[in-house]
Amino acid sequence: MSVTGTMTQPDQRFEQASGRLGKLLPVKTLAPSIIGLVVFLLFWATAAGRIDTSLGQFPGPAMVWEQVQELAKEHRRSREKQAAFYKRQEKRNAAKLAKDPSAEVKIRAYTGQPTFLDQVFTSLYTVAGGFGLATLIAVPVGIICGLNRGLFLALNPIIQLFKPVSPLAWLPLVTMVVSATYVSEDPFFEKSFVNSAITVALCCLWPTLVNTIVGVVSVDKDLINVSRVMALPTSTHIRKILVPAAVPMMFTGLRLSLATGWMVLIAAEMLAQNPGLGKFVWDEFQNGSSQSLSRIMVAVLAIGLIGFALDKLMLLLQRRVSWDKNAVLR
Amino acid sequence: MATSYLELSQVGIEFDSRHGKFRALDDINLSLDRGEFVSLIGHSGCGKSTVLNIVAGLHEATEGGVILEGKEVNRPGPDRAVVFQNHSLLPWLTVYENVELAVNRVFKGHKSKSERRDWILHNLRRVNMEHALDKLPSEISGGMKQRVGIARCLSMEPKVLLMDEPFGALDALTRAQLQDSLMAIQAELGNTVIMITHDVDEAVLLSDRIIMMSNGPAATISKILPVNLDRPRDRLALAEDREFVRLRHAVLEFLYGNKSEPVTPAATALTDDAAVDKRESITTEKNYRVTSGMRPLTAMA
Ligand SMILES: Nc1ncnc2c1ncn2[C@@H]1O[C@H](COP(=O)(O)OP(=O)(O)O)[C@@H](O)[C@H]1O
Ligand SMILES: [Mg+2]
Repeated sequence: MSVTGTMTQPDQRFEQASGRLGKLLPVKTLAPSIIGLVVFLLFWATAAGRIDTSLGQFPGPAMVWEQVQELAKEHRRSREKQAAFYKRQEKRNAAKLAKDPSAEVKIRAYTGQPTFLDQVFTSLYTVAGGFGLATLIAVPVGIICGLNRGLFLALNPIIQLFKPVSPLAWLPLVTMVVSATYVSEDPFFEKSFVNSAITVALCCLWPTLVNTIVGVVSVDKDLINVSRVMALPTSTHIRKILVPAAVPMMFTGLRLSLATGWMVLIAAEMLAQNPGLGKFVWDEFQNGSSQSLSRIMVAVLAIGLIGFALDKLMLLLQRRVSWDKNAVLR
Repeated sequence: MATSYLELSQVGIEFDSRHGKFRALDDINLSLDRGEFVSLIGHSGCGKSTVLNIVAGLHEATEGGVILEGKEVNRPGPDRAVVFQNHSLLPWLTVYENVELAVNRVFKGHKSKSERRDWILHNLRRVNMEHALDKLPSEISGGMKQRVGIARCLSMEPKVLLMDEPFGALDALTRAQLQDSLMAIQAELGNTVIMITHDVDEAVLLSDRIIMMSNGPAATISKILPVNLDRPRDRLALAEDREFVRLRHAVLEFLYGNKSEPVTPAATALTDDAAVDKRESITTEKNYRVTSGMRPLTAMA
């Protein structure tokens, strides 16, 4: 089957290699890692000093750190403003009610500029939505495809065709379709959320789907025979044999999917001006102040850190559900 | 004609291989009485596993068929339980749960929950594995895994117990223990068993009849050797027994006799392909004929 191999191993090799090297004592691996970071920071600082852009000097570590603090301050200030706003509103309403108990009081939501942290949470929430949607589709479809050769053959060309499509190509189509079909007076989800989430889902469907199929197809023949000899009903066969056996491959797919989804989301947010980290980057770029580049750099580092954290999270989850406690998971 | 308990009549099978059709078995005829224990012996790749898999219903015979208690079998089912060579326990289930899966499949609706629990424990006790209920297969030894595999099969109360080189991957000591356990169980339950083995002593010790198969392709039964040794059988006493020695010699003769080179005394047992290959490379004598071809499905240990 031609889907095997294309997406399964390559993305894991680096992790495997780094894991193998990391088997040494923690002290022995920590020291080189720290040295590496220090060298990188030094290199960054010197290189940054030599790059001049129309928005000023390229930010070095110090400038970026300054902006981290600045963004935190802005966040705190915004929260204070918000709290004050609600307090004022409460006071006003209380006064109104005191004067006239039957008066109608309005509670308005605070509408301030989203802070950097707000944008981070929007992005996290959106990627979770898209990734969740993709998982809900990809895992069952993958299992059915792995079981049914005909369906697999029917779907394979479609998978091959759509797998390499960039999110940027999907985005306009998704936006138009969502605008046309997702009409509701009081939508439960923001339209921008739906757009971004669907775009993310369309892109991170494939690794999970492909790996689930591979996982199901490559279940040990003997275990399948055990199931056949017992004449297990299909549902038991899936629950007790196929799914547990395919879980490791499924997780390989899920981790690839989440990583893809996170990258796709930032791009989609930038392009569609949907709220989130991508929009933060874009706004700063358009803003063009002397701090913009530093602030974008903060976003870049945050994106990297979050991507890393998401992968570790999946790894933890995988460790929890994996039956093979001896397998080295990284 | 009097119908036997299990009957293979004119069974033949052809596989589709890369080089066209491959005829693995031809005209296999065999009848088993209820409670009979037979071994299949023959060189690696001759088609023993294929015979077993046809009885199990895992392969479909191209010609002929298998009749069990007067009914033709053509799909797998728990009435023909299989003990696989490499135990094939589900690695994500504990010892208890592995047996439970089989018991629930066969007895749900017939036995209550607590009866099923007792039955699972009873079967694990039969193979002396009640001490490891909550262990995963990866946490127990190869011999123990095979014991659990046997318990899983026994717990389904199969009409026929099929065993594909059940002890082939075990060391000699463990193998002897398991053979004794199997004999005791067999004496108690009177199972009908077909067992594939490479071990000549094992075949003679356990069987009522030894079915010797010719080499493939188009392998068939070339000789059937009845083993009329009294039961219960004791391996120590039998080692000196003249009849035992004669039978053992007859099997060896069949396996290696028609070769030009003499059989070395050490060659009492043929283990799996790998071991055979190794020995061949050491002696460089053509004492053993290894039929080449595709690797059998079951040879995954
Ligand atoms: N599914 C299959 N497809 C094609 N050839 C097979 C298949 N199963 C077994 N064979 C062939 O049939 C022959 C007998 O195999 P097998 O029954 O496994 O031998 P044994 O168990 O005696 O070692 C071998 O030549 C093997 O390559
Ligand atoms: Mg075999």
